[in-house]
Amino acid sequence: MAKVDAEAGGNRPRLSLHVPEPRFRPGDTVDFAHLQVPEAGAQPRPDEACPAAETNPLCTDLIRVLGSDNQAHGPWNPNLTPDKLRLILRQMALVRAFDARMYRAQRQGKTSFYLKCVGEEATSVAATHGLDFEDMIFPSYRQQGCLIARDYPLLEMVNQIYSNRADKLKGRQLPILYSARSVNFFTISGNLATQLPQATGFAMASAIKGDSRIAAAWVGEGSTAEGDFHSALTFAAVYNAPAIFNVVNNQWAISSFSGFAGSERTSFAARAIGYGIAGLRVDGNDPLAVYAAERWAADRARSNNGPTLIEFFTYRAEGHSTSDDPTVYRSAEEREEWPLGDPIARLRDHLIALGEWSEDQHAEMDRELAEEVLRTTKEAEKNGILGHGLHHPFHTMFEDVFEELPWNLREQSEQAIRERKIKWPD
Amino acid sequence: MARLDADEDPVSLSEAPARDLNMIEAINEALGIMLERDPDVILMGEDIGFFGGVFRATAGLQQKYGKTRVFDTPISECGIIGVAVGMGAYGLRPVPEIQFADYIYPGLDQLISEAARLRYRSAAEFIAPLTVRSPFGGGIFGGQTHSQSPEALFTHVAGLKTVVPSTPHDAKGLLIAAIEDNDPVIFFEPKRIYNGPFDGYYDRPTKPWKGHPGAKVPEGYYTIPLGKARVAREGEALTILAYGTMVHVAEGVCREKGVDAEIIDLRTLVPLDIEAVENSVRKTGRCLIAHEATRTSGFGAELSALVTERCFYHLEAPVERVTGFDTPYPHSLEWAYFPGPVRMGEAIDKILEA
Ligand SMILES: Cc1ncc(C[n+]2csc(CCOP(=O)(O)OP(=O)(O)O)c2C)c(N)n1
Repeated sequence: MAKVDAEAGGNRPRLSLHVPEPRFRPGDTVDFAHLQVPEAGAQPRPDEACPAAETNPLCTDLIRVLGSDNQAHGPWNPNLTPDKLRLILRQMALVRAFDARMYRAQRQGKTSFYLKCVGEEATSVAATHGLDFEDMIFPSYRQQGCLIARDYPLLEMVNQIYSNRADKLKGRQLPILYSARSVNFFTISGNLATQLPQATGFAMASAIKGDSRIAAAWVGEGSTAEGDFHSALTFAAVYNAPAIFNVVNNQWAISSFSGFAGSERTSFAARAIGYGIAGLRVDGNDPLAVYAAERWAADRARSNNGPTLIEFFTYRAEGHSTSDDPTVYRSAEEREEWPLGDPIARLRDHLIALGEWSEDQHAEMDRELAEEVLRTTKEAEKNGILGHGLHHPFHTMFEDVFEELPWNLREQSEQAIRERKIKWPD
Repeated sequence: MARLDADEDPVSLSEAPARDLNMIEAINEALGIMLERDPDVILMGEDIGFFGGVFRATAGLQQKYGKTRVFDTPISECGIIGVAVGMGAYGLRPVPEIQFADYIYPGLDQLISEAARLRYRSAAEFIAPLTVRSPFGGGIFGGQTHSQSPEALFTHVAGLKTVVPSTPHDAKGLLIAAIEDNDPVIFFEPKRIYNGPFDGYYDRPTKPWKGHPGAKVPEGYYTIPLGKARVAREGEALTILAYGTMVHVAEGVCREKGVDAEIIDLRTLVPLDIEAVENSVRKTGRCLIAHEATRTSGFGAELSALVTERCFYHLEAPVERVTGFDTPYPHSLEWAYFPGPVRMGEAIDKILEA
């Protein structure tokens, strides 16, 4: 047997391993011609209660509303009022202003870490507007836009980032890993994709109780490779959970391009097909399309038609975080050449085209927002910045491990307070 | 010190009529009582619904409480525990079953990084009041994939409580307390003693629970507080710290050898009843620690360190550990692996001779 196999093996082709490689590396000329960018408005919009299979073509298409003429097109046009459009525009611009200021604060040593979402603002802000306020958001770490879309106080965000004495989370969490129950925003984990089965569980619990709240989770495309993603979708499919899974495909997971999560073979939205749930692939830089898709999925979930997987196709315009240097692994031209533009600019131009906005108003708004953010950071600094003494008292370190303090934590708490007198005598 | 007697909780043995139950029946009763009392309690796990679980711990509960309270899940431990965390955050009290403790590992990240830290990282905005039930330990010819005792792993994680009952009476009271607890609890059921106390003499006929004092299970609701140990046997010569099946092995050895040991059944490893441990070791001056799990970095190491730190000047002999070996659980040689009367007897002699 072994001998025959060895003989046959002599004629066989040699196997080779495929290791994905992105199209462009630093210094390369960028050409996104391979990306299929369909006409805005050309994608059909099935009824929210349709069988999941009817969405299969939309899993590889790209739902778009805003055309290059800056007008809204087609059946996915959510027909939002100018006021609502201006609100979404303002909140996206606020996210960008906040990111810029917090990035600087990190560089100035006021905090240890920050993480921007430049270019992806629509995927959080516009999507949140597609949900009801009662719906629970299970975010990853790049969804500061969800908080801003729900009017969460900027001051609380900065206090959290500075881990100061006013930080509601008692200085325990890495900056940007917010928790905001008051606005139905679930506490963020640093362990990727863990929020997905939790969102499914929340949605199932809501269904068990006959409630009307749904759950919406966000995850990066890189993190869809985690087992949690597949567990979450399996459970959601099996129990028809009222959940939405938003995959933010910003093309990069730190330095690994989306190919390492499997994008060379199919889209991320297409994973819905295997689970028999609805799937939508959406232009993530088109706030109207993002809003419409999230709203569609929310209506579908709320009417007991089950979960939806949405891929927001977008681009991470800046580094992964303050600890990252994207010039090492990707071409600097990518950002400029990105064929789907910038979500803020696209909505601005749409409003201008509608006669509801102007360049001057926009510039004025940006100035106001920058001032508001600056004012807020000054306010937060009164409560302290990271490592400058104005933190929570030591005993809080031992609280909330359990509901009640066991003997070992009581002893350790006393030790920390004793050590304090030696380490910091004043 | 906590004792298995009436003064421990008012609705306990003295008042409510008690019957002899085995551990599975006691667990089933606890689950039924909690499903009845609290509409937020739900049970889920592989095969636990219609079938009632491979060990029958949930038998009849789906029929009685319906499919949205008691249901089967996909074979996805990550999903089971992750979903339970989300349900807990919503306000339910999920009681997920992991079919065997050996299969808890695919769900480990959701337990360790998520359930355990939800309260801490959200400054108590969100909690995960789940009780993960799982049969553990060997002695049923389960081979290396159905016999492990991973409890030490969980005791190392801040924010998890770890419970191991050793009698039907305790199983019911501790499980009810665990389900009512607002922290995530790992409830390890020593499957070797599901149907009868086991003294480690594998070649003798298995005794049923009937007639054992720990099998007297009061009807209705009662709790045994987490963090309270039980003196399973009073004695003067040495202290044996044990939990689960090993409590019975220790009792058997003391009976057979006529050793006047005090046996402390820890009941919960976290929170640990340090007072019960200290009081007994100070009294006897000698300490033996028994568990079925592998030796290196097992929970016995923690107990040994605590006893040494806190009772050193009362000790008249080095602390000894009786444990499983540092190998996987071997199928055909499981009785060579199991820390039974021979290993324990030797250790007792060594301690008493010192
Ligand atoms: C379980 C886990 N593995 C690895 C990491 C380290 N890590 C942090 S962010 C990141 C990349 C995630 O990329 P993606 O999911 O695409 O999200 P994006 O940053 O693009 O928004 C990695 C590997 C982590 N936080 N958690």
